[in-house]
Amino acid sequence: MTAISTETSHISRTSGIPFILKKAFLSACVALVLFSLMIGIRTEAGPDGQLTFWTRFGDLASIVGAVFGGSILIELLRQWIGPSGAEKLVPPAVQKGISLAGSFLGPALLVFTLLVPVIFYNQRYILDLAILVLTYVMLGWGLNVVVGLAGLLDLGYVAFYAVGAYSYALLATNFGWSFWVCLPLAGMLAACWGVMLGFPVLRLRGDYLAIVTLAFGEIIRLVIINWQDLTGGPNGVSGIPRPTLFGIPLDNSDDGLAAKLGIEYSPTHRIVFLFYLILALALLTNWVTIRLRRLPIGRAWEALREDEVACRALGINTTTTKLTAFATGAMFGGFAGAFFATRQGFISPESFTFQESALVLAIVVLGGMGSQLGVALAALTMIGGFELFRGLETYRMLVFGMAMVLIMIWRPRGIIGHRAPTVYLTKSQAISSDLVKEGHG
Amino acid sequence: MSAATNSQILGVDQLTMRFGGILAVQELSFAAERGKITALIGPNGAGKTTVFNCITGFYKPSGGSIRLTHENGGHFAIERLKDFRIAKQAKIARTFQNIRLFPGMTTLENLMVAQHNMLMRASGFTFLGLIGVPSYRSAEQDAIDLATHWLKRVGLLDRADDAAGNLAYGDQRRLEIARAMCTGPALLCLDEPAAGLNARESAALSELLLSIRAEGTSILLIEHDMSVVMEISDHIVVMDHGVKIAEGSPREVRDDPKVIAAYLGADEEEAMAVMESGS
Repeated sequence: MTAISTETSHISRTSGIPFILKKAFLSACVALVLFSLMIGIRTEAGPDGQLTFWTRFGDLASIVGAVFGGSILIELLRQWIGPSGAEKLVPPAVQKGISLAGSFLGPALLVFTLLVPVIFYNQRYILDLAILVLTYVMLGWGLNVVVGLAGLLDLGYVAFYAVGAYSYALLATNFGWSFWVCLPLAGMLAACWGVMLGFPVLRLRGDYLAIVTLAFGEIIRLVIINWQDLTGGPNGVSGIPRPTLFGIPLDNSDDGLAAKLGIEYSPTHRIVFLFYLILALALLTNWVTIRLRRLPIGRAWEALREDEVACRALGINTTTTKLTAFATGAMFGGFAGAFFATRQGFISPESFTFQESALVLAIVVLGGMGSQLGVALAALTMIGGFELFRGLETYRMLVFGMAMVLIMIWRPRGIIGHRAPTVYLTKSQAISSDLVKEGHG
Repeated sequence: MSAATNSQILGVDQLTMRFGGILAVQELSFAAERGKITALIGPNGAGKTTVFNCITGFYKPSGGSIRLTHENGGHFAIERLKDFRIAKQAKIARTFQNIRLFPGMTTLENLMVAQHNMLMRASGFTFLGLIGVPSYRSAEQDAIDLATHWLKRVGLLDRADDAAGNLAYGDQRRLEIARAMCTGPALLCLDEPAAGLNARESAALSELLLSIRAEGTSILLIEHDMSVVMEISDHIVVMDHGVKIAEGSPREVRDDPKVIAAYLGADEEEAMAVMESGS
């Protein structure tokens, strides 16, 4: 029955000139309504403070005309390409080639990443950017556990990033503990907060879960701003110790690494060290996540995303399963936060706004929920790409937004949408993204 | 009836379920024998699925008790257990009227998820598994072997690495039964397992259920397909409007005027089906 109805709707969609004209006319009408106020009338404060306005009906007409023409053009293109859409544009041979290249992409990317400090040793800007990208790769991988595997939409991930950063900053500045002691502590504290967030949201699903996690992220930020005695409030925490190579500082002093090795000191040493540090942390996140996916807990997360009721019928404790997902994701967020604090040397609540949560979530969604390589590529695209468009100045956001929209049209389920099975008998076959559920909290 | 002997696996006593003002199940009592197939039948809206959801913990009954006794004497008050513990400890497994597989996971993965609790213990609650201790690896191999065994039993071995969502409808039904069996249940509850199956598939299903019974798992069944119910059931409980109207062997139930009346009153076609399968 449904097959027949889609068939008929298809025929009507591809039927002739009247349909195309009708669609174009409707688009033009919408454009007219939208732009009549935005472009048609311009208001400005006059010299005496009164409101003056003038009309720009010529511009309005040309915009509406462009929409009308564009709509016809798009519909013609769509009919020419055929009903299956963009898939058909790429011939199967090329698709096969892409998937073959895809299997080498991960290792190639890793080797390239390892060599980045060698290739770009003298380019401080690129090294800093690479560190930033890797930080977001790590955050993306951490959030991927919660959103991609367990299917729990978390809009407050930045809270754990903040907890990790402040844990390290406060422990290091108040007690003088080293980075390597504080790092696991920061992870553990963030994981505790993950569990604390987990408890109240256990019963919530979908939109409601997203709203509460969003609120949680804001609560953490507001507490940090207002608890002046501990966190320094809006002034933040400064003078956070730099990381050491197991006790050897990377500075200009006599017992610094450069002096010990007998080479000339360069500030780049520290940058390179930070680069490898975040790379190691990110790879640890990746390794643990890949391992966890193949363990019963990881399969339970994915099963939870697929069907929570069925999980309960199979005797899986959904409460602890959800809490471990929150805790694991939060722990990696905490590690990343500690790294952020030691890299910056100064942190303030401004670094932990909702903007960051949204960015990390966008990375996970764009990358393809659950895909490790996809998330890494998405972080590269989002953070690196944003820098790439710096030359466009005013139009940067516009171009960037367009690129995002185009990627989501091309790949609605993210750059890598398919899912790799965690266990197989004879052959590991990728599972199409159409079948994989997105989870609903 | 109330005192559960060891030959009785499930004892439902005075079970009542109320949704607001609606009395879905009213003081229902019946028992299921160990190692037997007990069927729960009745016209649409009789309250069968409600009883099922009470037994498997998806609803908390408004009144009455449900007792489950294991062969070793283990005794469970189902109405007081949390839903996932009913599957984990009392060992009741169920399937759903509208199939609930994990469509984005492979057939094999579906069966691995079913062995979650065993594998969790073997992986030292993830910590030992993370470092890859050999005992976990052997436990995982055992789990794969059990899954393979059940895939063979339901004839899905060649589809092991395909996504469950890609299987045909009948295959999904069988996979759901295999998944329930992978939890190692004492009582298997099937909610309309033959719905949407053709005659050949129904026959294969009957065979599968009889072989499961032969291996010692008790089965509780809701079914509309009278040919399946009459063929394989040892004991039938007939419900209508939330109360039990008849109980007994397939032959007794088939000839019961009250049962025929209930089916005739509710749905002519089904009443005909009941009578035809008797002749």
